[in-house]
Amino acid sequence: MCAVRGLTKTYPAVRGRRGAPATPEVRATDDVRLDIRRGEIFGLLGPNGAGKTTLVRQLTGLMRPDRGSVEILGHDIVRHPERAARILAYLGQESTALDELTVSLAAETTGRLRGLDVRAARAERDAVLEELGLTELAGRPLRKLSGGQRRLACFAAALVGERPLLVLDEPTTGMDPVARRAVWSAVDRRRAEQGTTVLLVTHNVIEAETVLDRVAVLDRGRVIACDTPGGLKERVAGEVRVDLVWRDAAPLHVPEVAALVDRVVESGRRWTLRLAPEEARAVVATVTGGAAFSALDDFTLATPSLEDVYLALGGAAQQGLVKA
Amino acid sequence: MSVVPAEVLPGAAPAVDETPATDAAELGPRARLWPSLCAVYRAQLSRARVARIPLLFVATFQSIGIMILMRGVVDGGDEARAVVAGSSVLVVAFVALNLLAQYFGQLRASGGLDHYATLPVPPAAVVLGAAGAYASFTVPGTVVTAVFGCVLFGLPLAHLWVLVAVIPLAGAALAGLGAALGLLAPRPELATVLGQLGMSAALLLGVLPAERMPEVVRFARDLLPSTYGVEAFARTFGESPDWAFVLGDLAVCGVVGVVSLAAATWAYRRAAVR
Repeated sequence: MCAVRGLTKTYPAVRGRRGAPATPEVRATDDVRLDIRRGEIFGLLGPNGAGKTTLVRQLTGLMRPDRGSVEILGHDIVRHPERAARILAYLGQESTALDELTVSLAAETTGRLRGLDVRAARAERDAVLEELGLTELAGRPLRKLSGGQRRLACFAAALVGERPLLVLDEPTTGMDPVARRAVWSAVDRRRAEQGTTVLLVTHNVIEAETVLDRVAVLDRGRVIACDTPGGLKERVAGEVRVDLVWRDAAPLHVPEVAALVDRVVESGRRWTLRLAPEEARAVVATVTGGAAFSALDDFTLATPSLEDVYLALGGAAQQGLVKA
Repeated sequence: MSVVPAEVLPGAAPAVDETPATDAAELGPRARLWPSLCAVYRAQLSRARVARIPLLFVATFQSIGIMILMRGVVDGGDEARAVVAGSSVLVVAFVALNLLAQYFGQLRASGGLDHYATLPVPPAAVVLGAAGAYASFTVPGTVVTAVFGCVLFGLPLAHLWVLVAVIPLAGAALAGLGAALGLLAPRPELATVLGQLGMSAALLLGVLPAERMPEVVRFARDLLPSTYGVEAFARTFGESPDWAFVLGDLAVCGVVGVVSLAAATWAYRRAAVR
């Protein structure tokens, strides 16, 4: 339903001024090619600055690409950016346009601006607020809500006035588990009843693994992989991650530990190793017995996550993805 | 957490479904100008109620203070009329020009315009709705200032009804200017500065009696749209106001209003898609 071909956008270099250092030319999206199918939850995963938001802004008609095409449900969005607003609902990262409105008025106004008449907008507003458990907060201005509640209210506004495509830029940031569950069950309901498609921007690995049907991994503006989360993880199936946390310093006098030094990613007391399963077993045996054990505070052994996939694919940021 | 596999969904993706552009999906409805204008107006009015009441007091007290100050300088006659009219229109300039420039400047800088830009709403509805709400919001302050001024300087209250025309027309001109400045300013700080400067200009050129000013300043005064609102209002304090001139001044306000709101709409389009 959504086909992206050769999408490229370059931000021009900025000359430095007092107080603002010069930035070189940045290619925010680089020859991006994607196909999103109807009814799927498609994710864009990548660290901060990978070009996720820039890509989404080009898909929603908010930004003109330098090159390339975007076609959503048969409409050319590059040539007719104004049509995007009639096909999709967009939840951006900013809520400033709605901040001083009450939750109820924010949802109703958004519905009316999506072309609903007063009665329809109010009926949908009530239904959506009820569905997301926001009815009690309906009379409160968004600015007075906590970050997660405000995000949920913006999500509610995005749902009023049905659209076949929902574009959600980090929708669950700051939400508690109850609110997250409300978001995903609202999405699932629309998928089951209307075949709604969702394009989700996230840098949350756990969420990506649980909700996405397919995911494109972005790194410095390029799509470096695109598959189901399971399919991506299979690419690094031969690896296991071992995390070792030392009480104080690593016991480098133990030869087996010293031998690992050039393979670890070190952050404070924590060592992270990516190893073949047999190697991992040997390492765990070493550190849980003998001389190294007294220096060990904690250890974990985990199968690969999408973060490991990202790193294995040659992602540039060493710790860009959030795991929580 | 998703329990529905994509394959079993209605309309899910067999390859046949991916037909070329010839049968494009039906677009959602477009929001029509008038209903969406009303929706924006209502929303803006409510946010102004929450966030701007203290500022409205500031605007009113500022104008009342200026009139009390000028009481020592002018003593009745044309000058008193100019001071009262100028101070009243100054409330409009404070809210419609200054605050609206700041609002749009911040909205643009923070990415808040994306919200409107991804809704199928005519740009004019967003600009006119916001401008209308800010202009309406000046009504109580302007009326209070005008009544207080008339009492203070002993002017007749008989023709105060002319505010019914002065506020919307001067409001349209100044709000359009404010919205255009806010949307065109490359940074929000600049939008704030421009709004403040516009208000200061309205203050100096509108309140101070024109006869005592040098030629250049008088020319600047003629360029400022609020001047015509001030002039129209000041004329109505006379014994037998010349209604043709009042109408002429108001017409200038109206024309400037149309032009500046059109400019603001253009600026909005430009700011929304980058």
